Amino acid sequence: MSTTADALHLQPHEAHGAEHHEDHKPSFFVRWFMSTNHKDIGTLYLIFAIFAGVLGGAISGIMRWELMEPGIQVLNRAWPIGAGTANFDEWTHHWNVLITAHALIMIFFTIMPAMMGGFGNWFVPLMIGAPDMAFPRMNNISFWLLVPSFLLLLGSTMVPGGTGLGAGTGWTLYAPLSTAGSAGPAVDMVIFSMHLAGASSILGAINFITTIFNMRAPGMTLHKMPLFVWSVLVTAFLLLLALPVLAGAITMLLTDRNFGTSFFDASGGGNVVLYQHLFWFFGHPEVYIMVLPGFGMISQVVSTFSRKPVFGYLGMAYAMVAIGVIGFVVWAHHMFTTGMSVDEKMYFTAATMIIAVPTGVKIFSWIATMWGGSVTFETPMLFAIGFIFLFTVGGVTGVVLANGGVDTYMQDTYYVVAHFHYVLSLGAIFSLFAGFYYWFPKMSGKMYNEFLGKVHFFLMFIGVNIIFFPMHFLGLDGMPRRIPDYTPAFAHWNYIATVGYMITVVGVAVFFINLFWSFAAGKKAPGNPWGEGATTLEWTLSSPPPFHQFSTLPRID
Amino acid sequence: MKRFGWAIALAAVWLAPAAAQTPPSSPTAAATPAAAQPNVAPPAGFAQNANTPDTATASPAQEPVAAALPTVAPTPGIGQPDGRMGLQDQVTPIGREAASFHDYWLLPLCAIICAIVLVLLVIALIRFRRGVHPVPSRNSHNTTIEVIWTLVPVLILVAIAIPSIRLLRHQYDPPPADLTVKVTGHQWYWSYDYPANGVSFDSYMLKEKNDPTRQANQRYRTDVDGPPLLAVDQRVVIPEGKVVKFIVTADDVIHSFAVPAFWIKQDANPGQLHEAWVKVDRPGVYFGQCSELCGARHAFMPIAVEVVPPAEFAQWVASKGGHMPGATPAAQPAAAGAAPATPALATSTTH
Repeated sequence: MSTTADALHLQPHEAHGAEHHEDHKPSFFVRWFMSTNHKDIGTLYLIFAIFAGVLGGAISGIMRWELMEPGIQVLNRAWPIGAGTANFDEWTHHWNVLITAHALIMIFFTIMPAMMGGFGNWFVPLMIGAPDMAFPRMNNISFWLLVPSFLLLLGSTMVPGGTGLGAGTGWTLYAPLSTAGSAGPAVDMVIFSMHLAGASSILGAINFITTIFNMRAPGMTLHKMPLFVWSVLVTAFLLLLALPVLAGAITMLLTDRNFGTSFFDASGGGNVVLYQHLFWFFGHPEVYIMVLPGFGMISQVVSTFSRKPVFGYLGMAYAMVAIGVIGFVVWAHHMFTTGMSVDEKMYFTAATMIIAVPTGVKIFSWIATMWGGSVTFETPMLFAIGFIFLFTVGGVTGVVLANGGVDTYMQDTYYVVAHFHYVLSLGAIFSLFAGFYYWFPKMSGKMYNEFLGKVHFFLMFIGVNIIFFPMHFLGLDGMPRRIPDYTPAFAHWNYIATVGYMITVVGVAVFFINLFWSFAAGKKAPGNPWGEGATTLEWTLSSPPPFHQFSTLPRID
Repeated sequence: MKRFGWAIALAAVWLAPAAAQTPPSSPTAAATPAAAQPNVAPPAGFAQNANTPDTATASPAQEPVAAALPTVAPTPGIGQPDGRMGLQDQVTPIGREAASFHDYWLLPLCAIICAIVLVLLVIALIRFRRGVHPVPSRNSHNTTIEVIWTLVPVLILVAIAIPSIRLLRHQYDPPPADLTVKVTGHQWYWSYDYPANGVSFDSYMLKEKNDPTRQANQRYRTDVDGPPLLAVDQRVVIPEGKVVKFIVTADDVIHSFAVPAFWIKQDANPGQLHEAWVKVDRPGVYFGQCSELCGARHAFMPIAVEVVPPAEFAQWVASKGGHMPGATPAAQPAAAGAAPATPALATSTTH
């Protein structure tokens, strides 16, 4: 019934020349600053995420440089973030500011905007055959809330935060370090930054859920939706349910800091561990928020370049739903050393391990999708293959960490750092690169350079493994996280990790060279550059798609 | 390989004097006799500076008795990192159980699963590359195989969960404690109280000799104290072979009391008491580091535990002005003032 109504509604538009109307673009300022077009907003998100990602990656460069050798040799220099001084405590506080900023930038301003805001905005409407998102103006404010949020985070590094300038609490903002332990406005600014970023994501999530439930083209049932759309749908629900808990927790921090409450202050009857429960009730779904859209992109890429439909489509879709649901009941495995009872530890050990089952289904289904296919190795496929193997490595170390008794040793060591970078730096980021190369021709209308893309992949694959694999050894040998200096026994593997960082930087440089080359000299991309395997709706449109697409809704059989 | 290298170096350096003076006092110490070696001469400056107040950090509790006894030199490769690719050697029953669970069960399983995924991936990519397999199949369902790859992981997880849950049960089932030590984390040092012995002291990291932030009269680290950034001015001393209960708390922000060789890590939460227990069966010095971000000098508040035979422990307690339970209290009752927790109170955790 609604289909008929839509068709009638669209009738007058068709009457006066579709092509002309579709490419009628507004002026520059109106188009980019007051945008209501899902593709333009997606582009804004991607530009924002790339900018933030470069900053977050540069911060990790400072950290790897400092950790290259024992001793303090980098933090004692003058830096734009957190002024360099002669005070030892300010140097080491500066370190804590760097780790905090690296995590928050990478999570809230790189991965989430790129996955949901960027690719979600661009391709969810295209893939379900919708003309735009359900709430185009809300879509715009979702993006523009991120900008002040990011400015608040950057600004926090220039105001006092306790021992030195900036918030040195870690991205987890654990009380009481973030309350009584950090005088000055820096932590307040970080809290407001998180509030804004959270509001942005909640609005985005509402938009995605509404769009996916209400704006699918006729015949596009839920069980026919591409897996990327499924992944965005599950992620949007995770955002909607998890972020309010974060908002509540950090609001309690704010009142503890400024208005004399004592939610997390033992001397006033509060409980420091309560904050951790609230934080990780958000924080664990958050890690799936970061990787589920990546799962979706990998499914599209593997299917396209294997020229075969995704194996076990329903299992793949409901595995993501299962990961999302179980993701909400495992949060305290981040808190195994806080002094939990044995019953709690047993429960969270068992519940956490269960996540390996749907994750395993996904890994095996991707391989089965390739099995019997006709596989070619374009750059997106290389990143997808790299993702599958490295996510498996990060997954099995996750099973090790899931054991509460074993985690006693691993908790807060570099083993954990290695684990979550394998699933995020090598998981989420690799899937973002896979998606970027996959959809770059569609978004820009230009082909990227295949040779440079492959160079980028191999440099980055080698580089990140050299960074993060030795971190397992450091963790097993007992090196704690979040330390700017270490005893000489840790020097060997740290040096190697820093060498890996240098290789990775060269790889990322090749990516940017490729990006500029493609815009300047890339071949014009056809509507579907990937051939028979690319079966989703976005490939039926021109590259780049018209400013307004699907003014006649496609019909899916 | 590196571990063997260490053992050889160790033998070369320590074997002669150790064999001449002290027989190994436990079977596990046989391979590393230095651990039981109590007669290492303190370096110059050790004795006279041992009680110099740490003027930079203004330690509130000063011991009236020389803290220079005993001075066990740490053993490289035992109780401290050495750049290896695996877990530190474990010296507690829980640690050995957990380490063998990790080394002989979890790690091989991880390796096998990764290898299977890699092999399947490589086979798929080689056999079904476009050059040799130009026409893709349209096969996208196989219920049998989907059930298999759901159920087999479940079985593997059950096989992991059983020893894992058993390990947790053992961790949470401590024998009655022979000694209770209250551990308090501060920004940025640890303090230790022995409520039954009337001993209390603070433990700071020792700075390097050439560290510009070191005060002129502040004791600096030597190799007898331990590796850089891990050595402390006063180690927490516990008896070998006894069940020791650490009651862990903090008085400012959250810290975490961790000793990898004991397989313990317990967050020190302000306003809460939590316990971690150990039964160390090998004398020696074991190092750990604060394992929860606690502010600027988080990296510089290490933990050093010295495990000695019980008789030496009693000597050490006496040298700190304390007394053994049951013995006549020594003349320093005030030293226990900072330790309100009695063993009876301390046995309860907050959960």
